Amino acid sequence: MPELRDLYQEVILEHSKAPRNYKALESANYKAEGYNPLCGDRFTVYLEMDADKIREIGFQGAGCAISKASASMMTQSVKGKTKEEAEKIFHRFHDLVTGHGQGEDAELGKLAVFSGVSEFPMRVKCATLAWHTLEAALEGKQEKVSTE
Amino acid sequence: MSAAAAVPIRGKAANRSFDVERIRKDFPILQTKVHGHPLVYLDNAATSQKPRAVIDALVRYYEGENANIHRGVHYLSQIATEEFEKARETVRAFVNAARASEIIFTRGTTEALNLVAQTYGKTNVGAGDEVLITAMEHHSNIVPWQMLCAEKGAKLRVAPMNDEGELLLAKYEKLLGPKTKLVAVGHVSNALGTINPLKQMIAAAHAKGAVVVVDGAQAVPHLKVDVQDLDADFYAFSGHKMYGPTGIGVLYGKQALLEAMPPYQGGGDMISSVTFEKTTYNKVPHKFEAGTPDMAGVAGLMAAIDYMNGIGIEKIAAHEHELLEYATEVIGAIEGVRLIGTAREKAGVLSFVLDEVHPHDIGTILDQQGIAVRTGHHCAQPVMERFSIPATVRASFAMYNTKGEIDALALGIRKVREVFA
Repeated sequence: MPELRDLYQEVILEHSKAPRNYKALESANYKAEGYNPLCGDRFTVYLEMDADKIREIGFQGAGCAISKASASMMTQSVKGKTKEEAEKIFHRFHDLVTGHGQGEDAELGKLAVFSGVSEFPMRVKCATLAWHTLEAALEGKQEKVSTE
Repeated sequence: MSAAAAVPIRGKAANRSFDVERIRKDFPILQTKVHGHPLVYLDNAATSQKPRAVIDALVRYYEGENANIHRGVHYLSQIATEEFEKARETVRAFVNAARASEIIFTRGTTEALNLVAQTYGKTNVGAGDEVLITAMEHHSNIVPWQMLCAEKGAKLRVAPMNDEGELLLAKYEKLLGPKTKLVAVGHVSNALGTINPLKQMIAAAHAKGAVVVVDGAQAVPHLKVDVQDLDADFYAFSGHKMYGPTGIGVLYGKQALLEAMPPYQGGGDMISSVTFEKTTYNKVPHKFEAGTPDMAGVAGLMAAIDYMNGIGIEKIAAHEHELLEYATEVIGAIEGVRLIGTAREKAGVLSFVLDEVHPHDIGTILDQQGIAVRTGHHCAQPVMERFSIPATVRASFAMYNTKGEIDALALGIRKVREVFA
């Protein structure tokens, strides 16, 4: 039986209550909006790109603890990374939360706390909403991203 | 049945013979364990569970009666046709329609509402006309009218509600005017539980010459509905929210209106003669029932109505009202809980939010304790917007729920608070 504490780890709860980089970036040259119509979660991700590199990242919006913590920790993990590196992290993260990962993934670092999500398939969309939004912002897409 | 009742029946004295433990034994799924806990099913406004009698009716239909109706001259076809029309009569009596021919079988409430929009609506609503709905409608009672208005160049107007989730009747009446061709209103709000003052609303609409379509999906499981007493022109509901199977629903319509309306879909059973030059349509209600219907579903719906009648709708309503009062008190007393929808007249639904905890997180934590609630916008996004919240947690009750289950819900919410402490 999946345990609640596997999902709601202390780090996740802490990030959901005090999200990092929770701001609209004045300097953003890319942004995208993500929406999960199932639960109403809605985030905007702001990027300040320096050529191919994420120099600055911020997000704003409203959502459940999982989606908010995921967005917060995402901003920390991709800041300073190139577009390609960020996309690679997303793919690894996606494998982790959907249970397709190959066990321990050292490169994910702190993001490993989201491994419990794979036991709660209904919550995968919560954990990946900000990431899908990031991907859209990196692609320079203007339309709204939906996880449905 | 009394003709006057469209309100929940109060009082505990009448309910001495209501044995909830015996009723629970009639619902096989209630024995289910979820994550090691007994299932506490509080998502009845989404769909109710089915008693053995309904499940058996589906099996009995396929094992002993299956044949196409209104067609064959053989034995089984005759049996199936008789059962089908008997079910129509059962539904007629259930909502006290004047004639069985005023009962049309549909796939559910949504299809019934779309049927009215696409037939009555398309022929009677024109450019510059108005369709009036309320601020607490389900998407199913918004979108068909939006589509109709967009197509016809008509205007959709919305009657507002107060902070308790009650319709502002005076404002509603003010919005009714010579341009109002149609009013579409939910009898009971699925997101808030509010019972609308339907009789008054219908009388006011009729005084201005508007026809009234009622979304009764959340009302029929909880209240005695009398379409003649209400003077509703159309009344739509679903089988699956009132202990019946999925995929079957009902549209009641006044005979004269139905006769004047064009058909909804073309096909078999809805015609009386077809040549390549001209088709003559069948009589009401068959005109609106093109194709082979969900005959097993109709058998199951009849079994559900028989089951409810066997217990007594007044008794069911009294039990559920007691549950709702108890839940309002117990859940409302939990620190951080804010109830959404506190109308004086309510049925079956307790919607709430909890401090800073998102409903989706609450839903997952409750689920871990075997408690099924709905979390989200409940297909009523404008209602969420009205209360400036993205979503709520909704506990909704049926005849088989107990006070013990409400205690379990209260305990579950306290657990949520612990996790997020």
